[in-house]
Amino acid sequence: MLHGLPLLSLLIWLPIAGGVGILAVGREDADRARWLALAVAAAVMVASLGLWFGFERGTASMQFVERVTWIEAFGIDYYLGVDGISMPLIVLTAFATVLVVGAAWEVVRYKPAQYLAAFLIMEGIMIGVFSALDAILFYVFFEAMLIPMFLIIGIWGGPNRIYATLKFFLYTFLGSVMMLIALIYLRTEAGSFAIQDFYGLQLPLATQTLLFLAFLAAFAVKVPMFPVHTWLPDAHVEAPTGGSVILAAITLKIGGYGFLRFSLPITPEASMALDWLLIGLSLIAVVYIGLVAMVQEDLKKLIAYSSIAHMGFVTLGFFLIFRILGGSGSRDGALLALEGGMVQMISHGFVSAAMFLCVGVLYDRMHTRRIADYGGVANRMPVFAAFFVLFAMANAGLPGTSGFVGEFMVILASFQAGFWYAAIAALTLILGAAYSLWMIKRVVYGEVRNEQVEALTDITARERLLLGTLAVVVIFFGVYPAPLIDVMTPSLDALFRLVVPIL
Amino acid sequence: MMNFEMPQFALAAPEIWLGVMVCVVLVADLFDRSGEARFAFWLTQLSLLAGVWLAFYTHWGDSGQTTFNGMVVSDSLAALLKAASAALAALTLAYSRDYLRDRGLLKGEFYLLALIATLGMFVMASASSLLVLYIGLELLSLSLYAMVALDRDNRVGSEAAMKYFILGALASGMLLYGMSMIYGATGSLLIGEIMLAASGGENALLLAFGMTFALVGVAFKFGAAPFHMWVPDVYQGAPTAVTAFLGSAPKIAALALFLRLLAEGLGDLQAQWQVMAIILAVGSLAAGNLFALVQTNFKRMLAYSTVSHIGFLFLGLVAGSEEGYSAALFYAISYGIMAAGAFGMIILLSHKGFEAEQIEDLNGLNDRHSGYALVMLLLMFSMTGIPGTVGFYAKWLVLQALVEAGLVWLAVLAVLFAVIGAFYYLRVLKAVYFERVENPQPLVSSRGPRVVVAANGALILLLGLFPDTLIALCRAAFGL
Repeated sequence: MLHGLPLLSLLIWLPIAGGVGILAVGREDADRARWLALAVAAAVMVASLGLWFGFERGTASMQFVERVTWIEAFGIDYYLGVDGISMPLIVLTAFATVLVVGAAWEVVRYKPAQYLAAFLIMEGIMIGVFSALDAILFYVFFEAMLIPMFLIIGIWGGPNRIYATLKFFLYTFLGSVMMLIALIYLRTEAGSFAIQDFYGLQLPLATQTLLFLAFLAAFAVKVPMFPVHTWLPDAHVEAPTGGSVILAAITLKIGGYGFLRFSLPITPEASMALDWLLIGLSLIAVVYIGLVAMVQEDLKKLIAYSSIAHMGFVTLGFFLIFRILGGSGSRDGALLALEGGMVQMISHGFVSAAMFLCVGVLYDRMHTRRIADYGGVANRMPVFAAFFVLFAMANAGLPGTSGFVGEFMVILASFQAGFWYAAIAALTLILGAAYSLWMIKRVVYGEVRNEQVEALTDITARERLLLGTLAVVVIFFGVYPAPLIDVMTPSLDALFRLVVPIL
Repeated sequence: MMNFEMPQFALAAPEIWLGVMVCVVLVADLFDRSGEARFAFWLTQLSLLAGVWLAFYTHWGDSGQTTFNGMVVSDSLAALLKAASAALAALTLAYSRDYLRDRGLLKGEFYLLALIATLGMFVMASASSLLVLYIGLELLSLSLYAMVALDRDNRVGSEAAMKYFILGALASGMLLYGMSMIYGATGSLLIGEIMLAASGGENALLLAFGMTFALVGVAFKFGAAPFHMWVPDVYQGAPTAVTAFLGSAPKIAALALFLRLLAEGLGDLQAQWQVMAIILAVGSLAAGNLFALVQTNFKRMLAYSTVSHIGFLFLGLVAGSEEGYSAALFYAISYGIMAAGAFGMIILLSHKGFEAEQIEDLNGLNDRHSGYALVMLLLMFSMTGIPGTVGFYAKWLVLQALVEAGLVWLAVLAVLFAVIGAFYYLRVLKAVYFERVENPQPLVSSRGPRVVVAANGALILLLGLFPDTLIALCRAAFGL
């Protein structure tokens, strides 16, 4: 091991300990809670950079591995490690949490200590999800995530928050308990709960199909895929800004990550047999949900639906690989699809976080999310408008922004699967541009529409810093995505080799 | 001529200890001038805690030595069953003092009865004869009837006690009837000899009848559907301090009854009782979860949730393997901890002249005291089975045993009901966290329950992060 320091454990438990600490000290003094939360989030961010730079490129093996016996009777270990798939997601998580803490600064007035603590605990749990290499440990983190998110939406959400949070909880809980049974079953086959021991089991297709469906129940709800996406608009709309950011930037990615870590390598034959289902649902998400986004009258709902459409691209990339290999037979093409899906996940993490922060900025000033209540914001908030337009462009997949890279890779790869896949997928560029730009036109441009807009003040230094950082990242990865792709290629290649022998 | 063999008293040390202490408490209470049953309380707690230690010291690692002419057995299972029931009894009694004092019920008899009930549980845990099993059960049941009727001027309480007594007596009758048939079929009262005779396959029909009646009796004591009718009324009607006691430790005793009588004695009839146990389990899961959905009374909701938990526990027994039994034992212990905490919470929020037993009484708890709200959060998520709390491992172990026994469809059914169950636990949390009240009243509560509630919540979290020891203990009790 490169370092003696258990970096992953630190990344998991530092924010959780910090969250508990904030609960203890911050009950009376909100400012102290804020600074403490910022300090913890920043420390985790720095530590995650240690992960990024200490990560050895060019290998697919697990790094920063920690393994301690946890439940001896069942051979369950506290087993952590990262590869090129999970590592960028961990850094993204740390980054998003800093944003959330910053975004909550003056805005959250009701029990700020509990709010910040919930997000820090959430951060630790999510990093745990990405770094767990033992199935039960993964499940523990995966489910525990529900607790803080349930509270975040339910306590600090909008008017319909209780309905939204119950729906969120029950949907995701229903999906994940099925996965638990699948994991237990896999242990009886593999003899251990280590996820890597699940790979390469020669299971009959019927068993694989059931396992695949169980995983699908868990991850499809998280992604979310059509038709189990209906919790997302509700949850997003009612969640506080920070909740929306974390939901969009990270928790949706856990669904995509689950497909890469569980569905594809554990049940490759079933994935191939059922790829028509996943591709079909993804294309529906891309086109139909894109159209639904267009007609939304609520800013947050619009972005929520656009998230579903973008995540449809991710799953499309993941499950197209079988068609590409069957079509043109190009190995590189299939790898490109996987990479495209991953890049899209990371990019969407930044872009959707930025979009929700922008809406948060508007909401904090106007206390409405209805598009019709806005108009001509650019006249009063020129700096903000510049950022908002940039992020909307990134959301639409404009070249030069990170949003373009992933979509382009997936579309390029899908041409090798067949013309029509690519044609339908490419519709997203049109639809994305349509709903993003139309929204921008109605909100940002035009005449100042009413007195509230007239009274708007431009963004503060704090908000400028948050949005500015995001803008830099979005443009950087849009122009030069190579560092990101270099990190993930060896791991995706190894994953690919696990899936492919069956062909 | 009859041989009289000197029994090995040392193997029954925990029972003897509790028996002696019952007498001591009885006498000491006479000399208690404080009017607050101080002697009785502390002596009872001391006896229970010493009982925990003594159970382990006496039985742990033993491999089924018997004494009293084979009627009492000493093995690791007995050690864990006794230790768990005594510890849970001590935990629930720790909540009781302030509650009883406020209601003028703080008398030595309460603790005396609790101690006798625990003695009954001890007797059941070590029983290896039908008679001893029955004596232990009646010792437990009769004490519980009296405890439920403790607040005798309360109409609801008296009605609950009456209902409990009549239905309980009926169940005991069923059990006794079944036992008589088992005796008739096998010609012995000793569990070991019943086991041998049952495996011979003679009198199969009579034995099957006996087994059925016995199972009905057991299901009654557990409160498994369709024999759960008494549970909601008794839980709601009894003073909360009694409900807490009733809801935790006696579940361990009921499990002991099942394990000794059906798993050990009639283990060869597993193919027959397994089907009935599946019906009981699924029925309890369905009835418990669905009826709990519509309750507005917190105590009643917890009662139905108990029924659903019993259903889950029965699934572990259905698996019929050592794995399954140890999972059921883990489930019973962790459920006992959760139930104690939940009823303890009600005790804490109630005060003189006010019972916080409606779910809406919990509204805005987070505004009133965030610490208690956190404990409530842990309790409810533990009952739902969310990881990070002990309740998850309880459910997981049962599912594990089911899948290994090849009963995947039952596992799927169980988790579906768990999702339904999640809804009403979340409703409680909705009241605690999401409902805001105007001018939240700060909570005034006495130090005793406060400390115990905090410890109870910490225990749920601690076992939720480090379940290894308890899992290993439960498995070792079955030689795994």
